[in-house]
Amino acid sequence: MNRAFVAKVLLALAIAAATAFAVAIGATYFLRDRESPAVAAGPDDQTFVEPGTVPIGGSFTLVDHTGKTVTDEDFRGKFLLVFFGFTHCPDICPTTLAEMARAIELLGNAVDDVAFLFVSLDPERDTPEVMAEYVKAFDPRITGLTGSPEQVDAMAKTYRIAYEKVPAGDQGNSGGGTAPNDDYLISHQANTYLMSREGEYLTHYSYGTAPEEMAKTTREAISTFGGAKEEN
Amino acid sequence: MRFPLLQFLTIAVLGLAAPAWAQDAGAIVVEQPWARASIMASRPAAAYFTLVNESNEPATLVALETTIAGRAEVHQTNRQGEVMKMAPAGPVEVPAGESVRLEPGNLHVMLMDMPRPIKEGETFTLTLRFAKAAPVEVSVPVLGPGARGPGNE
Repeated sequence: MNRAFVAKVLLALAIAAATAFAVAIGATYFLRDRESPAVAAGPDDQTFVEPGTVPIGGSFTLVDHTGKTVTDEDFRGKFLLVFFGFTHCPDICPTTLAEMARAIELLGNAVDDVAFLFVSLDPERDTPEVMAEYVKAFDPRITGLTGSPEQVDAMAKTYRIAYEKVPAGDQGNSGGGTAPNDDYLISHQANTYLMSREGEYLTHYSYGTAPEEMAKTTREAISTFGGAKEEN
Repeated sequence: MRFPLLQFLTIAVLGLAAPAWAQDAGAIVVEQPWARASIMASRPAAAYFTLVNESNEPATLVALETTIAGRAEVHQTNRQGEVMKMAPAGPVEVPAGESVRLEPGNLHVMLMDMPRPIKEGETFTLTLRFAKAAPVEVSVPVLGPGARGPGNE
C-alpha cells in the first residue's frame, strides 16, 4: 500500500515534470517564432541610441535663409536631419543636398514631422541671401542656416562637427596655381544627423548613405518615438 | 549603358575629333562626361567623367582647360573618418588598358574662377591635356544642381 502510494506520487511528479518541461520547451519555441519575424521586420534595436545618452546637439542661435534669427527651440516638435557644409563646396555638399532632397521626396507625408537643416560652416561668404539661393536649388523644404562666425562655431561645437578652412590652390601640388586669399575651401565632417523632436541625437548617416536608407530610418524614428504631435 | 545617348554623343564627338591625332596617341576615351549646374556666380562647379586608356602606354592627365572657368583642376576628396578634405589631385595617371573614374565624393574636376554659373541643359568644351598623348576635347553636358550622375538625376 505504502509502496504503491509512493510509486503513484513519483509517477505523478514525473508526469508533472515532463509536462512542465514540454510546456517550457513549447513556450520557448512559440515565443521565438513570434519574436523572430518581428525582429527581422521591425527597427533594429541598434538603429537609434536612447535619446539623451549621446552628448551631440543642443541649443543654438543662427540666422535662417530668410534672414530671421532662429534657435533650436523653433524646431522643437520636429525630428531634425542636420547637415553641415558651405555653398562654395562643389562636390560633397551638392551631392549630400541632392540626396537629402531625394529623401524628402521619399518621405512623402512624413516630411511634416521633420525639419531639414543645412548649416553653413562658411558664414563669412554664406549670407542668408546666398543660402536662400542655394537651398532653393535642391528643395525649398530645406532650411539654410548661417550666422556670425561665433554662432556657427558654437553650433558646430555643440554638434561635434570638425571643420577647417584650407586654401583652394594648395601649394606644393603641381597644377595648384595661385589662389587669392578669399579662395578657400572648408574641410568638414560630412555626416548627417538625425535628432529627436527634443533635439537629442538619435543616429547619423555617413557621407554617401542612400536616400532610401535615410528615409527608411527617419520613418522608423517617427514610428518608434511617436508620429505627429497632438495638438492641444 | 544607362545613358546610351550620352555615350553616343561622346563617341560621336571623339570620333569627329580623333583623326587629327589618332596615329600617335593610341586611344584615350572619355566616357560619360557631365557637370553639375552651379548655383551662383563665383561658386565653383564640378565635372566628372571616366578616362579609359585603350593605348599600350600609361596616360597622364596633366592639365584641363575650358572657356567657362578661369581654372580647372582635378581635385580629390579624401575621407578621414567622417571628415571630407578636398585637395588638388596632381597629375592623374591611367595605366595602359585601364580606366579612372571621376565621381562625386572622389576625384572630380573643380571648375574655379567662373565668370557666370553654368546652367542645366547647356554644354561646354573641356580640353584634357596629357603628358605625352595628344589633347582630347570633350563636350560636357550640364545636368541639374542636384544631379548625382548621368541617368541618375
